[in-house]
This record gives sequence, structure tokens and C-alpha cells, in this order.
Amino acid sequence: MVWSWLPQYFPLLLHGLYITLLLLVISVVLGFLLAIPVGLVQVTGPWPLKYLARGYCTFIRGTPLLMQLWLLYYGIGSLFPLIGAAFPTFKQDFIWLIRLDAFYYALFAFTLNFAGYEGEIMRGAFLGVPKGELEAARAFGMSPWKVLSRVWFPRAVRQVLPTLGGETIGQLLATPLAFTIPVMDLMGVTSKIRQDTFLIYEPLLFLAFVYVVLTFLITRAFNYFEGLVPSRR
Amino acid sequence: MFFATIINLDLLAFGPTGYGDELFWGLLLTVQISVLAYALGIFLGLCGAMGKLAGGKWLKNALDGYTTLFRAIPDLVLILLLYYAGTDGLNRMLVSTGLGPVEVNGLVAAIFVIGFVYGAYSTEVMRAAIMAVPVGQIEAAKAYGMSPFLRFRRVTLPAMLPYAIPGMANLWLNVTKASALISVVGFTELALATKQAAGVSKLYLMFYVFALLIYLSITLISNQVFGWLERRVRRGQAKLA
Repeated sequence: MVWSWLPQYFPLLLHGLYITLLLLVISVVLGFLLAIPVGLVQVTGPWPLKYLARGYCTFIRGTPLLMQLWLLYYGIGSLFPLIGAAFPTFKQDFIWLIRLDAFYYALFAFTLNFAGYEGEIMRGAFLGVPKGELEAARAFGMSPWKVLSRVWFPRAVRQVLPTLGGETIGQLLATPLAFTIPVMDLMGVTSKIRQDTFLIYEPLLFLAFVYVVLTFLITRAFNYFEGLVPSRR
Repeated sequence: MFFATIINLDLLAFGPTGYGDELFWGLLLTVQISVLAYALGIFLGLCGAMGKLAGGKWLKNALDGYTTLFRAIPDLVLILLLYYAGTDGLNRMLVSTGLGPVEVNGLVAAIFVIGFVYGAYSTEVMRAAIMAVPVGQIEAAKAYGMSPFLRFRRVTLPAMLPYAIPGMANLWLNVTKASALISVVGFTELALATKQAAGVSKLYLMFYVFALLIYLSITLISNQVFGWLERRVRRGQAKLA
């Protein structure tokens, strides 16, 4: 076991950790926000939206995240230069889109993926709110929006909170995929170290250790927040 | 004319001009890896669950370590670690026993790696399913003097299946999706075959959409199969709401 590379690459690893956490936090927060309409529409929406949301969830949950990532980065990403070549004005106005960093593609893919999984869970949670409570709210003369914001949504979120920790860990364990489209997250830095030093195991073992610690910390954090929410059990 | 630069369906044909056959072999490998790795995962899961429920203190601790670690480290990292460390370790062991190094088949290594990773998840599913079987039923089987094997085959297994199938169905879908990760060690299954075809032809969008549709159809077909299986193992049970 050779660990002499560790001090030299420590700043780079720290930056990789920052990128990994950035990917995780932003995709979980945005994905969850996106999951709310995706779940709600499946329960109560007009039928075109309903089937669109249902198809979206099926597609996201039925295909590998790796391929979704590659579709966005290589597939969609390769379109912009082509469009730019065909329409010069597009190239002028959207040069940032053509040069978009891989990080944003990863962020976009992870967000859409998380929304697909979480949307399915939110659908179940919206369905799980007792009908009587919604009827009572309507009987009080609440507008549909008020029923949603005062009764339906708070009750549904309460049901989802315990599963959110597990989903977040699942998302954390998916973040290393970003290195396949070159993103310098923890995994990307690790593979650079492996290429530079010709070490096969040590960088990977270190990476595994970091992920175990992150998983432990996230589990602890969610347990703490769950304890703050009052419940009867 | 713009679409001609991003779509060319002729390239999906079989034969030397298209990539249809390459993708088909990739799909076959994906299915092969998934099925065998899943079978290994089920076997490990059953053994692990038995060990966790009936084993001694040391075995339980070891299995707890296995399931906790393997579920806290990303699949991709585990696959890289085990793929290199597993083949390397095996060779070192063989050399030390005087048998000499062997060339480990990449396919076998891939199957073992994914099987071991998902064995950890499967252990937890199986353990929960066995624990959901009413103790009285197992005690009754014991009282009849059934041997442990007969007891498992006649009572525990049929009674635990309704609780295990939904979790195991999820696991199968995860295994098929995880098989795409094997592409990272340079194994030409469906994901890597797609990447190569897309890279050569420059029709990235078309090939990735096509591959995603294949993965999606694997999922949809699997859902049907597992739905049928669940109805079958639940036959005679009262319908849940």
C-alpha cells in the first residue's frame, strides 16, 4: 500500500468533494421541487399531463442513469454545434450553450433522474392522504390552491420525509457516474490520480472510504431532522 | 436536410453496413450478465439472510459488515475495485499455491462483481421476507419433525415469496441497469456497443435514443413477468386493498 500521493493530491480531492456535494445537493433540491408537480399531475391532472408525467417516470426509472447521462451529454450536446453550424445567428446568441461545461449536463441529468424516482413516490404520497381530510378542507370553502398548500401538500410531504434520506443516499451513490462525461468530481479526481501514479487500488480504496463516511453522515443528518418533526409514534 | 445529419436509420441494420448486429450482441451480453449476476445475487442473498437470522455472533457481524459496506459504496467504485482486485487476488492466490496465473474471463469477472454487489441488497430483501413469515408456521413445521431443508422448501420458501417478490423485482431492474456500468471496465455490452457505434457514426442522438428504448423494453417486459409471478405466488391470499 502506497499512500504518499495523498498530501500532494489533497487539494484536488477536496475540490472533487466540493463538486460531488454540489451535484448531490442541487440535484436533490431541484429534483424534489420538480417531483411535486410530476407526482401531483399523475393524481389529479388533466389526462395529457397525467400520461406525460406517468411516461416520464416510467422512462426515467426504466433506463440506466449512465445512458441518460450519455444521451444528454453526447446526444443532445452534439446537436448544439450542428445547429450552430446550420444557423449562424444561433451560434452568436447561444455560444454558451455550445460550450456548456459537462458539469451542467451531469447536474441536469441527475436532477431529471431524481425527479423521476421522487415523482413516483410523491404520487403515492398524494394518493395516501385520506380523502376525508381533503373533503373537509373543501367543505370549509378553501380554494383548490389553498387545499393543496394547507392540507394536501403538507400531509403528503410528511409521508415522504422518511424515504427522502434513502433516496438521497441512492443519489449520492450515483454521483460517480459523472466522471464518464468528464466531470472532475471525487471519482474523476480519483481516476486522474490512478492515471498519474499507476496505482490501481489505493485511490479507489480511499474513494470508497470517503463514500462510506458521506453515507454515514447523511444518514445521521436525516435521522436528526426526522427527530425534529413531531409525530405520534 | 438538417435531420439527415442526425438520423440515419440504415445504420441500425444488421450486416457490415449497419450496427444492428453489434448492438444485438451487446444486448445479448447485457441480458447474460444480468441473468447470471441476478442468480448469484439471489443465492448469496438467501445464504446471507439465513446466516443473519440463524448464524452465530461472528457470522452475523461479518454479514452485517458485508451488507452495510456494499450498500454504502457506489456500484461503480465497487465494480472497479472488485474487477481489478478480484482478478488480481485470484491470480496471486493461484501463484502462491503453485498453480500459476490464469487469464480471468472478463465476462465471469463482471458477473461475479455485480452478483456480489447485489447479493448485499438481496440479503436485506430476503431477510425481511423470511422475518415476515409467521413464526407459528415454522414452529409447526418443526413440530412435524421436518428436516431444515424440507422445512425451507415446503414452508418458509412458499410463505416468504409474496413478501420477497416485489423487492426482488426491483433488484432485477437495478441489476439490468447496473450491467451498463460494466462498460467502464471496457466490456462491450449494450452501453459500450452503443457508445462505439455512436462515436464512429457521429449520430450520437439516434444511437443513444435507440439504446434507451431497448433498456426501457427490458424493463417493461420484466414488469409483466414479475407481475405474473407475484399474482402466482399470492394465489389463495386475500387481496390487499
